Amino acid sequence: MTDKKNQVSRRQFLNYTLTGVGGFMGAALVAPMVGFAVDPLLKGEKDTDFVYVMDENEITNEPQRKTFKVDQVDGWYESQVDRTAWVFRDENGEILALSPVCTHLGCTVDWNSREEFSNEFFCPCHDGRYDKNGVNIADTPPTEPLHAYEYKVEDGKLYLGKAKSRKEA
Amino acid sequence: MLHKLYDWIDERLDITPIWRDIADHEVPEHVNPAHHFSAFVYCFGGLTFFVTVIQILSGMFLTMYYVPDIVNAWESVKYLQTQVAHGQIVRGMHHWGASVVIVMIFLHTLRVFFQGAYKKPRELNWVVGVLLFFVMLGLGFTGYLLPWDNKAFFATQVGLEIAESVPYIGGDLKTLLAGDPEIVGAKTLARFFAIHVFFLPAALFALMGAHFIMIRRQGISGPL
Repeated sequence: MTDKKNQVSRRQFLNYTLTGVGGFMGAALVAPMVGFAVDPLLKGEKDTDFVYVMDENEITNEPQRKTFKVDQVDGWYESQVDRTAWVFRDENGEILALSPVCTHLGCTVDWNSREEFSNEFFCPCHDGRYDKNGVNIADTPPTEPLHAYEYKVEDGKLYLGKAKSRKEA
Repeated sequence: MLHKLYDWIDERLDITPIWRDIADHEVPEHVNPAHHFSAFVYCFGGLTFFVTVIQILSGMFLTMYYVPDIVNAWESVKYLQTQVAHGQIVRGMHHWGASVVIVMIFLHTLRVFFQGAYKKPRELNWVVGVLLFFVMLGLGFTGYLLPWDNKAFFATQVGLEIAESVPYIGGDLKTLLAGDPEIVGAKTLARFFAIHVFFLPAALFALMGAHFIMIRRQGISGPL
């Protein structure tokens, strides 16, 4: 017999093996369910198609409210949903298509809707304000500028894609 | 007849001691409103439990008609509320009870707080109570979406934005709750339903069990 310290008793051996096997079986039982639950995280974000919204020559310096339809696949439910964009040319002549979703808590902003805040985007939920370029005005609830749609112009037609945060830009 | 049935079972399973452990215990004088009317403040915990039982029962019956699907959810709620016998009452119990249970749990918390009843050795029971409060808020939040009307939809939209504002993990947290990175839709409703009727009630039962075992083990705190 070897040194007593290195000996594993029958009871210890059974404890280790049964705990190990039991743990493995438990993990094998739970792992699929965890994957099942966090599937939305594994799927990641989908690319969005560009959709025709308006002709380029209709774009003015004043923001215009444009609605367009996009195909949306929500799990097993496929539908067309309305999207809204405030489209205009900024001072540099660049096209800007802003999402109306307030960056504070997701309400819908409106352009020039309040007399006291003319030429501003205004959110009625918590009085969030943005200037004409959709940049949030300090000391109002929003924490970042309105998201801007990706756009492309082909043959004089404006196509909009996904609304993206401009925080990093 | 009933007595004979009880004796027949008791003879085999000896259930009387179990019954004694669960229900047969004295209420101390200082918590008995019959002795001191001001002792009614001790009733809020029991009232919370009572309303919780109403919520469980009415919720069980509501699922007989409700379907968690974005095409049919609202219609099924409308049907059960307007066409089903006593539908307005059953849904009303669940609707109002949801608010009442929060009020009761809050009053119960205030009583425990201002009497200092959370102090040693009852700290753990306070912690479990706070967890119960969070589970209740979760039940309120997930249940609010289920009728799938405009108020429910936009309240959930805002709730998810709040989850998203959590540093670092906010985005993933929102996706995990809503079932989709962008859409609040079919997957969100199914998920909220599952959380509302299975996951959170399971947590609620486990925590309530711990809450009640602890209060029986330690007894109610003494008079002020």
